[in-house]
Amino acid sequence: MKKRWARRHIIEAIFKALMVISFALVAGSLALILWTILSKGLPAMNWAMITQTSSGGYYLGKTGGILNAILGSLYMAGGGTVLALILGLPIALYLETYLDNLAWGRYVRLALDVLWGIPSIVYGAFGFLVMLALGMRASMLGGIIVLTLLELPILTRAMDEIIRMMPDELEQAALALGSTRLEVALRVVTRQMLPGIVTAVLLAFGRGIGDAASVLFTAGYTDRIPTSLLQPVASLPLAVYFQLSMPYPEVQKRAYAAALILTLIVLAVSLGSRWLAGRFNKNVIR
Amino acid sequence: MSPPKPNHPGEGRENRPSLISRRRSDQLAGRLFFVFSVIPVALAILILGLLIYKSWPLLKTHFLWQLLFGQVWKPEDGLFGFWPFIAGTFWVTLAALVLAVPPSLLTAIYLSEYAGRTLRTFMKPLLDLLAAIPSVVYGVWGTIAIVPLIQNALIPFINRHFWNIPLISSQNPTGYGILAGAIVLAIMIVPFIIAVLYEILENVPKGLKEASLAVGTTKLQTVRWAILPGVLPGLVAGVVLGASRALGETMAVMMVVGNVIQVPHSILDAAYPLPALIANNYGEMMSIPLYDSALMTAALILMIFILMFNIASALVLQRVLGRKWV
Repeated sequence: MKKRWARRHIIEAIFKALMVISFALVAGSLALILWTILSKGLPAMNWAMITQTSSGGYYLGKTGGILNAILGSLYMAGGGTVLALILGLPIALYLETYLDNLAWGRYVRLALDVLWGIPSIVYGAFGFLVMLALGMRASMLGGIIVLTLLELPILTRAMDEIIRMMPDELEQAALALGSTRLEVALRVVTRQMLPGIVTAVLLAFGRGIGDAASVLFTAGYTDRIPTSLLQPVASLPLAVYFQLSMPYPEVQKRAYAAALILTLIVLAVSLGSRWLAGRFNKNVIR
Repeated sequence: MSPPKPNHPGEGRENRPSLISRRRSDQLAGRLFFVFSVIPVALAILILGLLIYKSWPLLKTHFLWQLLFGQVWKPEDGLFGFWPFIAGTFWVTLAALVLAVPPSLLTAIYLSEYAGRTLRTFMKPLLDLLAAIPSVVYGVWGTIAIVPLIQNALIPFINRHFWNIPLISSQNPTGYGILAGAIVLAIMIVPFIIAVLYEILENVPKGLKEASLAVGTTKLQTVRWAILPGVLPGLVAGVVLGASRALGETMAVMMVVGNVIQVPHSILDAAYPLPALIANNYGEMMSIPLYDSALMTAALILMIFILMFNIASALVLQRVLGRKWV
């Protein structure tokens, strides 16, 4: 019997081809971006980039590196992530174990949604206004606080989602054995969601380290490695941006190398979170 | 969790905390946690309140209509027309959506209905990586790869063949413009939109698909007639959520969009979106009266659009994802 191709089968084949093309487009654009950054950044890369701080004429083409920006970014994103976790974990635990007023929970989640939607440039402007009112100068502390605000909704929402996927019976069983809600929160829920917390923390860290608009006004920029919280601090995304906007080709090449360093850090964080989450998974009861 | 320990009398912890102290710490922690949960609510109110407070001097002295639709931006003469920036924001966002939505929708359908297990597990980290790449790196990529492509290949081609077609032809000789911004922005929001759409499609019960396939439809017909009608509001909401992400994106767009104060008329014109206005001028705003208030008004306008988009899509998504299927 001859196989007949009805019209619907032809349409199906056309759409399936379109879908595969779209999929290849998405995957291909990631490959293209990584390849562009790698091929442009690698030739400009050298040891001085990651072992020296910027010298006086660095942005005019003199020697030096961007160690100050790398360390500044790690400090700020690290500080911001730790603070956001300290603030966010109790909120997530509260929403799950303590909350008996459901309307309040809706408000808190709505507020987190609103905060999550606020663009980082608005956080930057807000942070700058608050610092101005308090008489603070652009400093590492300012950058850390703004990154904390930026990361708090990302972290808390991610943890909230994870707790909600946890089976209710686990919590009920612990309560039935006579545990208080605090004991349930600390010994059952937190342990159960440990892989999720690790993923959420690294996700928030990656967002914090890559964000330029929020630290643009609040952290300042300097060629030195900061030794105190009140000194201004350089950051990697801003180093990329400033170097790229210089009119000298050799400085622009360094921007590509700086972008490569930033990309590698973020990719390592993203892949590391996968690996760590897999390792911690053994503590989870399903 | 550790294996259960034998629980003979006399074993276990010395000095067991009494029930009273356990309850006391429980209640104390409850109050403390509640205080923490006030933070997000207070912060959201504080940010919005401060933006309104700071924009008030400008809103008080100018008509809202003139601010929103005024075309002249001359802060030194007291003229604050936001229309070039608002128009630029919408051009870039809309163009990015036009580029991002069709491949996102097709990819999401492909992943949820056609693709095998390996492809799906491979796709998740791929989308995570795309979403993790920092904005400024996208900007660098745009200036290296997209802008020269538009400048050296697309613009000469269009000037030769389509020079008289509106919305496409432009006097802008550089590649920095709306199209470059839209391409970069589209790639940035694609992983986000795919993730939302995929979650919605996965939420459709298997029985519905199986029933449709059992009466002899092709997979595509199942998608078109059995799945899409139910989830369409959710898909629209997912796209709107992606749009609200695109509206606030600052660095990547700012680096490739040209930043010329004008109302754009073509996809190749340069534009000056609202976030770029704030980022470029915030440091030097102190000398001109009302300038800082104007920049905060720009932030307020941006926030109002984003909030409307966010809340509307959140309400729809809540209903779609929380729906009880029969």
